[in-house]
Amino acid sequence: MSASSEPMTGSQRAIWTVIILAIVGLVVVRSMVGNGMGRVYVEQEDMAFVQVAAAVESEDGTVTDAKWVRTSSMVGAAFLEKNPDAEVVGWYQYTEVDPKDYFRQEAERAATGAAVAGPGPIILSWPRTIGLWVAAFFTLAIFSFLYRDNPFYKFAESVVVGVSAGYWMVVGFWDVIIPNLVQRLNPWFSKQFFTPGMELPTMQEYWPNLFYLIPLVLGIMLIMRLVPKCGWLSLWPLAFIVGTMAGLRMVGYIEGDFLKQITASIIPLYSEGSVSAPPFNAAWSTFWASLANILVVVGVLATLTYFFFSIEHKGVVGGTARVGIWYLMITFGAAFGFTVMGRIALLAARVEFLFDDWLWLIDPNEQRTIIESAAGILW
Amino acid sequence: MINLLANLDRRWIFLAMALCVSVPILVIGLTGRTLPETPTPLARAFFNEVDIAGQSKGRRGHVLLAFDYDPASAGELSPMAISLVHQCAERGVRMYFMSLWPVGPQMIDGAITKVIERYYPDLEYGEDYVNLGFKAGNEQVIKVMGVDLTTEFRTDVRGTPLSEIPMMDGITTLEDFDLIAEISAGYPGTKEWVLYAASQFDIPLVSGMTGVQAPLMYPYYPGQLKGLLGAIKGAAEYEAVVNQWILEERIRAILVSGGFDQAEADAAAPGLATAPAQISTWTEGAQAASLDPKARSELIELAAEPIPGEFLEGQRRMGPQLFAHLLMVVLIILGNLVFFAQRRKGGHS
Repeated sequence: MSASSEPMTGSQRAIWTVIILAIVGLVVVRSMVGNGMGRVYVEQEDMAFVQVAAAVESEDGTVTDAKWVRTSSMVGAAFLEKNPDAEVVGWYQYTEVDPKDYFRQEAERAATGAAVAGPGPIILSWPRTIGLWVAAFFTLAIFSFLYRDNPFYKFAESVVVGVSAGYWMVVGFWDVIIPNLVQRLNPWFSKQFFTPGMELPTMQEYWPNLFYLIPLVLGIMLIMRLVPKCGWLSLWPLAFIVGTMAGLRMVGYIEGDFLKQITASIIPLYSEGSVSAPPFNAAWSTFWASLANILVVVGVLATLTYFFFSIEHKGVVGGTARVGIWYLMITFGAAFGFTVMGRIALLAARVEFLFDDWLWLIDPNEQRTIIESAAGILW
Repeated sequence: MINLLANLDRRWIFLAMALCVSVPILVIGLTGRTLPETPTPLARAFFNEVDIAGQSKGRRGHVLLAFDYDPASAGELSPMAISLVHQCAERGVRMYFMSLWPVGPQMIDGAITKVIERYYPDLEYGEDYVNLGFKAGNEQVIKVMGVDLTTEFRTDVRGTPLSEIPMMDGITTLEDFDLIAEISAGYPGTKEWVLYAASQFDIPLVSGMTGVQAPLMYPYYPGQLKGLLGAIKGAAEYEAVVNQWILEERIRAILVSGGFDQAEADAAAPGLATAPAQISTWTEGAQAASLDPKARSELIELAAEPIPGEFLEGQRRMGPQLFAHLLMVVLIILGNLVFFAQRRKGGHS
């Protein structure tokens, strides 16, 4: 196999430049004109709410939140009728719809002459359309590595790493530190500054739960790893983590992996098949059921023998160990086959995305009519 | 020839693989035809466990759906997640969604939008399904849920306290669920649910997983895992079982409404669901003589009705699988031929 990391020649660089410029040109042209391929449509819905009951604090300190309801609901409409000056808070909610819904709307509006009055409820979504093109660009940028390493691949790779790291940090803060530490250490503080929607516990539990100072201190000690002089402090929480995880996993593994798997391996070599089936079929199913059990028992014993190194692998032990090797090889082969299947499924999903959502070449989910797809590709 | 193969630029192989994957996708996408699937006992066992959830207690099943995967594995796992929600929604079980992966809630939202909101809009949030969202802590979350679920989950993903959600009434630990259905892409996933839920509590567990994990999880079937879907093949099989079951149920309902008694409908429905193309001919035969004309036309309409594309995602992806695997087999054979030919010549391997 030849290596694909040699420096580019001048002609190769020119070809790449032309290809990239063509793609960029296509993106620009496609985003400016036409109505179809590579576009995402959304339905705009007015979400208006009115406050029908104010927040109430009872004597024991329990706070009942203010009650907001949709103005379109029966309660909201009745309230507004009685209080026409009540403050209404609203925003638009956008729901993605199939392109065929947009084309149907436009055809109806053209027929009724409503098109001149302004846009309908289904509109082109620029943020989602740009997102679609960005997703397509990143997919192709990652695939471009198969040809050779290049700046587009490096850019896409760096963005993925950066976005993932940022996402993990935000999730870690809002889903771990706030609910598992701040909310338990001081619920009032959390409600005031981080999670206004949270339900406060009863009065007695308002005071800081001092037990949670222990994970706070351990957490700070773990971060000390970043300070060279205090790095040794991080060893203590690390030891705590290793110890608790070892204890937790030991119980799980002994029960789930060790004992239950031994029980599952001690099975009869003769297993009766389907009793209700005709005689020949019953005998046939008995044969296969028994063979399966025999293979399991032989496989377990042979593979264990292979990993038993206290006796030299000669004679009967050597022969059994060789059977064990065959079992292992078949297992590795099955694992390889499954891995190939998994990777191809992922590739197929990306190709489907490019052909369906982006290029409108196929339409497995019937989001468009054939005519719309053809028109969308051409214009 | 041997020299050509030995020095073949790997990019030709990438190109061949790209064609093996993209051409079947185009053909299947344009024709709408998928390859036939014969479900294995593992896929059937998965289906049966969901089907009987809650039956022994004489009430609606309570199924915990743990979606522990992210977009990187969605190509493999989304089809099984979609079919799982499809079966649960059709069966009328209560669905409790959760995830141990940070981007799991987005996967849950995707399944809810694609299946429940589009095809089962009558299902009500809080009564029929609830999204408990992501919970950090890996296997410790499972362990704690086994003792007291409300310690980990105090609100749902929308911030509503669990005490205000009607379907959470009576759900305090893992043992209050009739089934745990796990879709897993790695750690934490199937292994952790097996070790800390199925092995320690008396709760049936079924799992769909990526191909990389599947060979390592087979030993848990059928003891600790009651059903197993391995990679896209498992997804396609399960999808076929669910689609056929739904068709069968609908045919049965039409037959009963059209004048057949339950036993007659039970006998006829499976055969008709297996070969929907024959339904039109069947309605003209003697067996359908006692059937109401309206029911006949409903049956013919049902047979002609295409299965929505969302519920064929797994089966569609088996087309590229076939050709890509054939290419892999050919490449392995060629690689071995080159190896032995070079060894015979005395060259280095």
